Amino acid sequence: MTTAKKTPRKSNTSADELKHYYREMLLIRRFEEKAGQLYGMGLIGGFCHLYIGQEAVVVGLEAATEEGDKRITSYRDHGHMLACGMEPGGVMAELTGRIGGLSKGKGGSMHMFSKEKHFYGGHGIVGAQVPLGAGLAFADKYLNNGRVTFAYFGDGAANQGQVYETFNMAALWKLPVIFVIENNQYAMGTAQKRSTSSPDIYTRGEAFGIPGETVDGMNVLSVKEAGEKAVAHCRAGKGPYILEVKTYRYRGHSMSDPAKYRTREEVQKVREQSDPIEMVREMLLSGKHATEDDLKAIDKEIKEIVNQAAEFSKESPEPSVDELWTDIYA
Amino acid sequence: MATEILMPALSPTMEEGTLAKWLVKEGDTVSSGDILAEIETDKATMEFEAVDEGIVGKILIAEGTEGVKVNTPIAILVEEGESVDAAPAAAAGNEAAPAGGSEAPASPAPVTAPAAPKVDLSPDWPADAPMKTQTVREALRDAMAEEMRADESVYLMGEEVAEYQGAYKISQGMLDEFGSKRVIDTPITEHGFAGIAVGSAFGGLKPIVEFMTFNFAMQAIDHIINSAAKTLYMSGGQMGCPIVFRGPNGAAARVAAQHSQDYAAWYMQIPGLKVAMPYSAADYKGLMKSAIRDPNPVIFLENEILYGRSFEVPQVDDLVVPFGKARIWREGTDVTIVSFGIGMQYALEAAERLAADGISAEVIDLRTLRPMDLPTVINSVMKTNRLVTVEEGWPQGSVGSYIASEVMQQAFDYLDAPIITCTGKDVPMPYAANLEKLALITTDEVVAAVKQVTYR
Repeated sequence: MTTAKKTPRKSNTSADELKHYYREMLLIRRFEEKAGQLYGMGLIGGFCHLYIGQEAVVVGLEAATEEGDKRITSYRDHGHMLACGMEPGGVMAELTGRIGGLSKGKGGSMHMFSKEKHFYGGHGIVGAQVPLGAGLAFADKYLNNGRVTFAYFGDGAANQGQVYETFNMAALWKLPVIFVIENNQYAMGTAQKRSTSSPDIYTRGEAFGIPGETVDGMNVLSVKEAGEKAVAHCRAGKGPYILEVKTYRYRGHSMSDPAKYRTREEVQKVREQSDPIEMVREMLLSGKHATEDDLKAIDKEIKEIVNQAAEFSKESPEPSVDELWTDIYA
Repeated sequence: MATEILMPALSPTMEEGTLAKWLVKEGDTVSSGDILAEIETDKATMEFEAVDEGIVGKILIAEGTEGVKVNTPIAILVEEGESVDAAPAAAAGNEAAPAGGSEAPASPAPVTAPAAPKVDLSPDWPADAPMKTQTVREALRDAMAEEMRADESVYLMGEEVAEYQGAYKISQGMLDEFGSKRVIDTPITEHGFAGIAVGSAFGGLKPIVEFMTFNFAMQAIDHIINSAAKTLYMSGGQMGCPIVFRGPNGAAARVAAQHSQDYAAWYMQIPGLKVAMPYSAADYKGLMKSAIRDPNPVIFLENEILYGRSFEVPQVDDLVVPFGKARIWREGTDVTIVSFGIGMQYALEAAERLAADGISAEVIDLRTLRPMDLPTVINSVMKTNRLVTVEEGWPQGSVGSYIASEVMQQAFDYLDAPIITCTGKDVPMPYAANLEKLALITTDEVVAAVKQVTYR
């Protein structure tokens, strides 16, 4: 990822579209900040992996989807759920382990699903979502329904063997799946250069004949454009596509990660120079698409949504003890 | 309005910590994401970031303070022009208490001498059904083909299942009938294709995954357990995984340690999975049809030696055998022998020999291990007062040891002798013919166990 300050590029993106991206990215950021706060208060337990800094990735790619397209990701999943329209209250109440959560409090931060929104998890085993995502695409191809699946995974998961088993079969069977590598540069605490033999992960599909490209993941418009290209490739029946989206996570790997493997200055530099939300904010203001007051109104609206989600997540009761024994068999 | 900044919990186990260092001072303006302080938890020193923006009005806990309890106010954040006094006075610590409140754990259920458990003794098929001699191999193929004719969303995937007609010829002829869309050869890549199959089940299909042997399924066991078995629970009932994982399990002949292992006890342990391990061809067929229709993930443990064995199979339109229903192969009064899969061969041979010695053995085939028909076992033990279990797997944590523990807890007063669990020997499978024979369970050992529990 480049750390130089980017000039917002000229584009035909409409004011409404830009505002939509601003709003969606801000929702994720504020939601995650609130989740961090609730974790600090002991209301959220266990592992909690925040998405702050990576917002442009899911918001940009969601803009390239059609109704019925599927998505699946790892345990760093709150952003994906919000971006595909799952209820913030339902997500937050799952984080607090309450009956109002999307999995009735039985899944937690890492395991949430929504058939209605075509969100297939939320998976806690690093890399497992990659063949699962190809399997969703397998079903779509079998049913011949024209749908595309986004299988998200990180630069860390990109070193799992099952990823390459999946690349092979996805290419062999021309599955309509987009492998989205969210390269936030750290596999937990291990920098990419210490874990990964070649820096360009997007080229790893070449051996299987899968085209790939690298995308600036701090620029929501670049992400959307790349997403549209990948979707068109898949929908045309040409098989899988790889997008390596270069991004950055501001927080630790999980809430209990002190992040001593990188300097405070490194994080600060990205925040100040490449923040995805600030970039859109600047485009809106400099392009006179919105006034400071317009944006303040959005900020306020988002704050209200997040506060309501937090309230719901505190008020919703814990699951009844009977729930211990339900949903084991269909 | 002024807000209190509380001592955060920064790990799943943190209850208190040391406020190591303040990185802001009173009067500083902070915005969301700024680092306020360094806090030492039980695990590490963490940076603590601001959530809200404002001015640090007052620092309540000095740096260097140890043992600061989670949720103690440590500073007050005010807005421009606001005084610190506006801060809420009440301690905020109470807010963290869960709303629902956990109920006290239920005390263990009292162990009472049971009434005879309810047992399903209904026949699996009409008594007058015409019978046909079929091998296990043919019965399995017929079951899969019938279900694939009935339901477009069922497909078969695995190594060599299509063009090669199956490594053990189970899928013979299926490619011709159903085509390459529904009978799919995979590369040799168990972890990957098991994951793809599970994903396709999430996506609305009903896959049958053939493992060339269950030994190779160890490469895929993460998807079987973490992805297939747990998803219904983790999704609060939203999303299940209708899938069958099938293939030969246990020892074949002279294929040694890495190809000869019985996984019955492994998979039997997992909530969310169903596990079948049939013996007869009729049960192979009826249980396979049930497995394919089941909305849950099913482990179907077959046996290479049984594939070629012939049994009488009823010729009915739709032969379906339910899970969780044992079959009594032979009624008896002196001892109960419980087995499943190829273990049944030793159990039945032993019963025959024991009959010649005047010992009447009741032989029960569990057929499925999860759910397991314990009522039929307990009912039988109440009559015979003696129990021997027979399996090919290893002794520690065996299927038999689970049955023994359940019978001990549910029917202790009915037992006239300790339960004996006959198992394979506690060794990796050797290659040498004489050693392999010794490693496996034998009919002689079952006969000896029965004589021991009947004090003959």
